[in-house]
Amino acid sequence: METTSTTNGTTLTANCPECDAAINLQGLLANEITYCPDCNAELEVLSLEQPALALAPQVEEDWGE
Amino acid sequence: MTHIALLTSRVRVEEKLLIAALNRRNITFDIIDDGTLLLDLAQPDPRWHTYDAVLGRSMSQSRGLAVLAVLEQWGVPVFNTATVTATCNDKLLTTLALLRAGVPTPRTLLAFDAQTAVQGIETLGYPVVLKPITGSWGRLLARINDRDAAEAVLEHQETLGGYQHHTHYIQQYIDKPHRDIRAFVIGDETVCAIYRTSEHWVTNTARGAVTSNCPVTPELAKLCVRAAHAVGGGILAIDILEDVEQGLLVNEINATMEFRNSIAPTGVDIPQVMLDYVLSHAREGVLR
Repeated sequence: METTSTTNGTTLTANCPECDAAINLQGLLANEITYCPDCNAELEVLSLEQPALALAPQVEEDWGE
Repeated sequence: MTHIALLTSRVRVEEKLLIAALNRRNITFDIIDDGTLLLDLAQPDPRWHTYDAVLGRSMSQSRGLAVLAVLEQWGVPVFNTATVTATCNDKLLTTLALLRAGVPTPRTLLAFDAQTAVQGIETLGYPVVLKPITGSWGRLLARINDRDAAEAVLEHQETLGGYQHHTHYIQQYIDKPHRDIRAFVIGDETVCAIYRTSEHWVTNTARGAVTSNCPVTPELAKLCVRAAHAVGGGILAIDILEDVEQGLLVNEINATMEFRNSIAPTGVDIPQVMLDYVLSHAREGVLR
């Protein structure tokens, strides 16, 4: 079971998997969706402990409220 | 000290608002990514029992329901319950629950092949609405205005869709006034409601509808609580259609509601009210 907690003032960066821009993950949470300021790719924060981003998955059929 | 888990697929605005509400109360919590879980069904992981409550916020309805069902069996208090979530995730089960409770809802027919479905559609009269039984955010809804459209959409459902799309859920079209109502029921109270207004016949905010405050009249409050109780109760968003002849009709109920666009127009701190409910019931150890 993986759990995550918020960042605590440490500067965190990871590279955009689309354009390799360095992106500040400060204030984000794992599993949060963000955007690359350079190429506008929609990204998912995979991890903050070892900062990593991935292209956000497309909406799946069972997603919703 | 109270300890809460938020079960998520993605951290959306709603989850961040819930996290802010938890932080304001100094409640410890974990965010649990449903995609990472491995659950040994006969061996309950004791870590789950450190939580006073698990709030299901999965965007993946199938994952969320599965995890809630397991946790419930393990004796972990979950919000909403697996049964309530299963009912709300399925439009057929929701409609049946509403009918059982005598809650007004649009007339709905069910068919399993295209030819019979066309017969059903023409029994209701055009236009009608075809909906997938599962799904959300207004996806794959079709307003069927004539037989050509009916045959085309039904063929697409049967040819391109998964097995869920082979069960044809045919709903009477309600000529609503360019808006529907979304009401939030938490426990036994309708805490607030919004109008969702759009020129498009689909009035989901996910499809661009604009929100504004909807006064909670005694009639609306009572109907929404009845609808919530019909599916088992908890933390629920009730979608209501206004029909000139039939009055207020309950259309759908959402068990993992989104509320980001409803706080400002209503002035109600929805995540705070959600937490009040979860904490009071978790502390009581009540499984609803």
